[in-house]
Amino acid sequence: MLKDVTIGQFYPTGSVIHKLDPRTKILFTTAYIVMLFCINNLWGYLATFLVLVIVTLISKIPVGYIIRGIKGLVLIILLTVTLNLFMTPGNVVAALGPFNITLEGLKTATFMALRLIFLIVGTSIMTLTTSPLDLTDGMEWCMRFIPFVRRYAHELSMMMSIALRFIPTLMEETDRIMKAQKARGANFETGNIISRAKNLIPILIPLFISAFRRADELATAMEARCYRGGQNRTRMKQLVFENRDRVSFVLMFMMIGGLILTTMIKIPLIFPI
Amino acid sequence: MSVEIRNLSHIYSKGSPFEFQALNNINVTIEDGSFIGIIGHTGSGKSTLIQHLNGLLTPTSGTVLVDGEDIFNKKKSEMIQLRHHIGLVFQYPEHQLFEETVQKDVAFGPKNQGLSEEEVNNRVRQSIKMVGLNYDEVKDKSPFELSGGQMRRIAIAGVLAMEPSVLILDEPTAGLDPRGREEILAQIKLLHTQKKMTVILVSHSMEDIGRLVEKILVMNAGEVVFYDSPNRVFTEIETLESIGLAVPEVTYLMKRLKIKYPEIREDIFTVEAAKDEILKVIRG
Repeated sequence: MLKDVTIGQFYPTGSVIHKLDPRTKILFTTAYIVMLFCINNLWGYLATFLVLVIVTLISKIPVGYIIRGIKGLVLIILLTVTLNLFMTPGNVVAALGPFNITLEGLKTATFMALRLIFLIVGTSIMTLTTSPLDLTDGMEWCMRFIPFVRRYAHELSMMMSIALRFIPTLMEETDRIMKAQKARGANFETGNIISRAKNLIPILIPLFISAFRRADELATAMEARCYRGGQNRTRMKQLVFENRDRVSFVLMFMMIGGLILTTMIKIPLIFPI
Repeated sequence: MSVEIRNLSHIYSKGSPFEFQALNNINVTIEDGSFIGIIGHTGSGKSTLIQHLNGLLTPTSGTVLVDGEDIFNKKKSEMIQLRHHIGLVFQYPEHQLFEETVQKDVAFGPKNQGLSEEEVNNRVRQSIKMVGLNYDEVKDKSPFELSGGQMRRIAIAGVLAMEPSVLILDEPTAGLDPRGREEILAQIKLLHTQKKMTVILVSHSMEDIGRLVEKILVMNAGEVVFYDSPNRVFTEIETLESIGLAVPEVTYLMKRLKIKYPEIREDIFTVEAAKDEILKVIRG
């Protein structure tokens, strides 16, 4: 059950995208997200779709695996689409009882849905191709350029890597405790919502205890190794930009340029406005 | 209750790059009232196997028959019923404790069975006694203020209180001091002889296994290597060592003695039996 969560999971295939510097991938993804909100017509979305297809093919990650990531957010997407569809004023094209679907609504709904899906897919390609530790290393570097945050860059990224490191551990622990309580006849599968919530107590208490114990042990272990934060700390693995990263930056600027160009296309695609 | 494992295979994370075959076509029959030991290297599939016996894991293929009935054909409510009869004590069971008092924690299982309050209290009292603790002393304590060994016993009592007919224990003595080990193993032996409970014991201690069980199931890389009496299994020293296992220390001693005294028996795996045999040969 818990194993079906794919967001934030790392999927190693050894492709060139996996080998890229994490900083390159973070910057590329950031540029991609910003562009996603700048494009204003379907030509732009078509171009974004092409970018996604190309990146996915190079990354060698099975398409099914990426689509599974969208599944978890289907509800949010549906909600946004429905709200936009019925709540936008404009030229009515169809009426459903008291609700009116307008042409403008149809357009915003489509755009919103596409934006959300592309956002999820794009960012999940980044997490699927980057190991969590690389990702936080890259984030630490990026945070050095943000005022105020700069001072805590190391601490923040350390916290992030510890948190990411413990997600699978805690999931395993949850699974184990759940099974142990099931073996004692606990029932998590049937009953109404209140009794189900009550049934979670035998899982949550041991889980919290073990999380606190682990945190305490980790803190002791770090202290025993004389860990004292970011100052003067050197790295075993230095981040270095390689040629493939330089090529990616060129491609990134081409993507930005291309997407800006699409905003100037005046010929309508599907929607007349 | 008899347990039959038929062509059982289990693959973890099937269809992802982390796919792993934990069990491969296991066929084993565990007779009613027997005492079985499971040994195997870390990662040989022992824990995966025992989690199939009460339906906590669903097999990729194959099935488990309890008293002749396929347990994976059952409805959810029937599956929960089944777990009342097949008690499973996990590794480090003290990590599952959660209630405010020892009494309440041990009562969790029997309460889930829907027993009357009186019956629940009876069982709690009995099972705490069974694991060698003083009921009146510990019943109102928080399980978290007990020592590690006591917590382990309370957790085992929590499963015993359900009075299962099959008791499965996954390394119940790991991390306990020698005295705690002895006491817990003696209690398990007693449950087997007195209550005719079918017991399945997973352990890394060849001495304990050799001393207690009637049949040993040896696993390696998800497959059954041997399923036989300790006498037979412990003579296969080469095979056992090649899969990262060993025989009891005393068996090694007997093997060395055999070089000097060719008439001595080798198929010995308890200190008592070794003593008798050595005395017999020397005086012989």
